[in-house]
Amino acid sequence: MSDLPRTQHIVASGLIAAVGIGVAYISYTSEPARAFLFPRIISTVFVVLALWTFGKAVLGKTKVGIGLSAEALRNILPGLVVALVYVFWAAQALGFYTASGIAFFLLLSLYDPAPHDAVRTWVKRIIVTAGFVAVMYCLFALLLNVYTPREIFL
Amino acid sequence: MEFLAYMGDVFTPINFGLLLIGTIGGLILGATPGLSPTMAVALLIPFTFRLDATQGLVLLGAAYTSTVAGGAVSAILLKIPGAPANIATTLDGHTMAKKGEGARALQLSFVASAIGGVFGVMLLIFLTPVLAKWALAFGPSHLFWLAILGVTVIGTLDSSSVVKGLLAGCIGLWLSTIGFDDIMGAQRFIFHSSVSGGINVIPALIGLFAIPQVISMFLKGRREREAEVLAVRRHPIMEAIREVFRRSRALTIGTLTGSFIGLIPGVGGQIAGLVAYDQSRRMSPESRKFGTGHSEGVIAAESANNAMVGPSLVPLLTLSIPGSPTAAVLLGGLLIHGIFPGSDLFENYPEVAWTFINSMLIGQILMCVFGLLVAGLAARVAQVPNAVMAAVVLGLAVFGSYSVQNSMGDVYVMMALGTGMFFLERFGLSAAPLVLGLILGPIAEANFIQGKMIANATSSTGAYFFTGVLNLTLIGLVVASVAYSVWMEIRQRRYTTKEDAIVRGETLT
Repeated sequence: MSDLPRTQHIVASGLIAAVGIGVAYISYTSEPARAFLFPRIISTVFVVLALWTFGKAVLGKTKVGIGLSAEALRNILPGLVVALVYVFWAAQALGFYTASGIAFFLLLSLYDPAPHDAVRTWVKRIIVTAGFVAVMYCLFALLLNVYTPREIFL
Repeated sequence: MEFLAYMGDVFTPINFGLLLIGTIGGLILGATPGLSPTMAVALLIPFTFRLDATQGLVLLGAAYTSTVAGGAVSAILLKIPGAPANIATTLDGHTMAKKGEGARALQLSFVASAIGGVFGVMLLIFLTPVLAKWALAFGPSHLFWLAILGVTVIGTLDSSSVVKGLLAGCIGLWLSTIGFDDIMGAQRFIFHSSVSGGINVIPALIGLFAIPQVISMFLKGRREREAEVLAVRRHPIMEAIREVFRRSRALTIGTLTGSFIGLIPGVGGQIAGLVAYDQSRRMSPESRKFGTGHSEGVIAAESANNAMVGPSLVPLLTLSIPGSPTAAVLLGGLLIHGIFPGSDLFENYPEVAWTFINSMLIGQILMCVFGLLVAGLAARVAQVPNAVMAAVVLGLAVFGSYSVQNSMGDVYVMMALGTGMFFLERFGLSAAPLVLGLILGPIAEANFIQGKMIANATSSTGAYFFTGVLNLTLIGLVVASVAYSVWMEIRQRRYTTKEDAIVRGETLT
């Protein structure tokens, strides 16, 4: 195992162990105690398993999990940022359909292997995006009657 | 033969129409690499909100059946299994396609799938009511252990690391406790207003299965799909049907192996296909031909992965314990209609249960017919660029989660869980045990509390939960599932060490 995944495994399993300890702490200190009986059992097992995993990561004995290379991180980062901004901000601020259209177009432009300098590529992307928004509108607004926060265009 | 009384319900215009839509849509989705059957079914759940329970389940059941079979299209024509269940199909199927026998391979695959699938559903039909009656004897302590068994079996058998599988199960169980505790009137782990009502299962399922796939598609960057669709020449279907029956050994091995493996919770179609392929190769006088485009390989693998579909639903419909991630998603589909599967499902909702099961039977035949017709189209869809697929799935996940309760909180939960799951998967934790924990957590807790109350009134908690034949059997199964997986892991590690030693040129003693 190279050093990079080992460090990543230590950080990841450390974070999981920290969550487990936090859950156990809340479970054992919150009131009413009877409401936390089941969480106490789970969190105890959670902490034991998480510390076991953390210990293995520290000793470099982790066998499963490939971690994330710098290249993989570079590849996912733009798309992940678009997705997170779309979900946590744009959908409510701009409206579901507008935000979905923009996010779809951005993701297509970021990951479509077609050349960026051809006009045809951009026209195709715009048409595909419009088609996607239209299908989503038909499916959710017309067929399923889902009322989105800011209606059709916003 | 109660199921025959409800057979007509499958053929009402709406039910049959939904069956057709689910079958054709499932075949196309199944052929698309990266869209697993579980994810396809999860994304379809929001479309069932406006349908009644029977109609919703008909749609979901058809999609489940046909996505498994549809995966064979891309496995044969593109050498990319549409789902893990189709891995074994690529071994001979793609070689056949390269020899110009793509149509024959597809026909063999769909015919074998249909035969295996029908056998599996028949098993579901005859086993489920018997087991459902038997399940009436289960009390709170048994149901508690059964829920724990569901998590440990999936956590250990479905994961490459026992500890990480169980850890994922624990995370799922913890997530299920978030929200307001109705019995004690207490708030538990509410760290954000989005989770004040607890974590809704449907957005969680969509997030946990769809978002990691979306991010995995980002991972590939701006790369073209490398696979090339092989041309399909015409081949007479009757010849393929005759060949499937002529290869009855492979068909029988595949069907029986798939059905048996389907009954074991946590062991999915991937294992069914590979085990059937391996057994068929061992028992065949033409074992050397396996891997070179031999029809027995396709027949064994495909009959097995579809034969497993029906039996995989037995634990869900009898004990309300989903035996697989897809069954867990189907449970979510039932819960949104206020139906809780289990021992009394066939008493209280016979029309829902039997129409659903019957539709899966008819769906197997439709899947065979339409599979042959839409295989070419499905192979083209399988070539849709990753960028489009990722954006479409993300959009469907957002709209689908929102439509559950018209709540942005559900969308946030979906995205947060999905993104978290992607990173957890990179470190060896898998979604299946986490989902099972999330779904079985409330069942385990409710029965634990109920059992504790009974124990306080009658005996001690220890005696109530740890004595009795059924309790001990279930505890034994929990321990055995963990012990077996630990043993397998150690064995595999030894094997890897020997391999390493061979690579290093060291002498083995």
